[in-house]
Amino acid sequence: MPASLSGPVNRVLRPVPAWPLYILAVLPPAWLVWGLFQGRLGVDPVKTMEHQMGLWALWLIIAGLAVTPIRRILGVSFLKYRRAIGLVAFFYILLHLLIWLVLDVQIPAQILADLTKRPYIILGMAAFVLLIPLAVTSNAVSIRRLGRNWRRLHLLVYPAAVLGGLHYVILVKGIQMTPILYLLAILGLLAFRLPWTGRRPR
Amino acid sequence: LGLGSIGGTAMAAPSDLTPNDYEAITHYNNFYEFGVGKEDPADYSGKFVTSPWSIEVAGLVDKPGTYALEDILKGKQIEERIYRLRCVEAWSMVIPWNGFPLSALLNQVGVQSGAKYVAFETALKPDEMPGVSRRVLDWPYREGLRLDEAMHPLTLMATGIYGKDLLNQNGAPIRVVVPWKYGFKSAKSIVRITLQEDQPFTSWKDANYREYGFYSNVNPQVSHPRWSQATERVIGSGLIPKRRETEMFNGYGDEVASLYTGMDLKKNY
Repeated sequence: MPASLSGPVNRVLRPVPAWPLYILAVLPPAWLVWGLFQGRLGVDPVKTMEHQMGLWALWLIIAGLAVTPIRRILGVSFLKYRRAIGLVAFFYILLHLLIWLVLDVQIPAQILADLTKRPYIILGMAAFVLLIPLAVTSNAVSIRRLGRNWRRLHLLVYPAAVLGGLHYVILVKGIQMTPILYLLAILGLLAFRLPWTGRRPR
Repeated sequence: LGLGSIGGTAMAAPSDLTPNDYEAITHYNNFYEFGVGKEDPADYSGKFVTSPWSIEVAGLVDKPGTYALEDILKGKQIEERIYRLRCVEAWSMVIPWNGFPLSALLNQVGVQSGAKYVAFETALKPDEMPGVSRRVLDWPYREGLRLDEAMHPLTLMATGIYGKDLLNQNGAPIRVVVPWKYGFKSAKSIVRITLQEDQPFTSWKDANYREYGFYSNVNPQVSHPRWSQATERVIGSGLIPKRRETEMFNGYGDEVASLYTGMDLKKNY
């Protein structure tokens, strides 16, 4: 995008704060709970909630990974929203996990068996575990304390995103297109970060 | 005629079942020819034309040929059979089917002595089936049974649910129902039945033989490689579906266990 366009876009964004994102973030889960009691979530409402929260988390992970490429290619910066995007993604992954544990599997012994034996569960859980330190350190104090290490620590979002994408690809029956597109989107956004593909920031 | 017509042992089949409501049965389907989502078959099967319909009966039979649906139904007593349905994805429903035993059709066409298996083929109409443009499976959908499984009195050719003609998403106008096997064994919208000596090609086994075997009997002791089959989510059992323990042969063990005497069901999954 030429500077004549990215300039105005950035100017419009400048006064828009990030905090409303945290309020908006409550809407999708609230909509699901509302739908549950309205009987709007179809024949299998628990799966609908579980899948919706997983998808929302993937969308936000992809959005977070897209911030840097958009800034470098288009010159438009959503940088100040990235922490909120990441934290909300984590919040949705946590809900996704809780729905699975409490409403779907229900039986503790089977949860344990799934955790140790099922590859897609292991991948998903690994992604969640990798994201815990990121969520915990997504605050101004941690950023100051950790200094350069904060950036290094937050590179963990890269493997977590790949694990999340793989989790989706291998949980479906057969080879299905949609989860593969999600994984390709994640891999594409990561490939942008390779030293020989990414353009220098201006 | 109900279950009582098929003899004493059949009475042991689960009989106190409460069927799911019609909405659930017709809006929660796996019929990948119309898409991989559970509601895709209801949403995208409207263009599927099922009249006129005929089934080609081929292979080791006395009277091969293409049979119009009306000729197949002629003289068949349509019964109600309330069966459990256990999906390989670890959920279950109860469905009040209307249909007739597959054995009646096989006897009508005359099975020859060399036949050991029955192969089924589902309709493949790309213009009416938006899901087949994606090669999730090697279309047309094919399934099969051993001849003794196919001749078993529980094995049904279903033409209706709740006394109404089958909707497209449920496999209109005629489909197989094998209640002691995972749902995908019960091929929908049948256009070809072949009696043969060799074990038939089956679509899911072809897609992933480690996960979907030829037999695919409901078996809580044999896990799907990616998930446990020990329990199932009971669709329609409240706001949050309950789990129940999956029963061997989906609860039809008294009727069908003898078909597998001496077989290692862990190997022949």
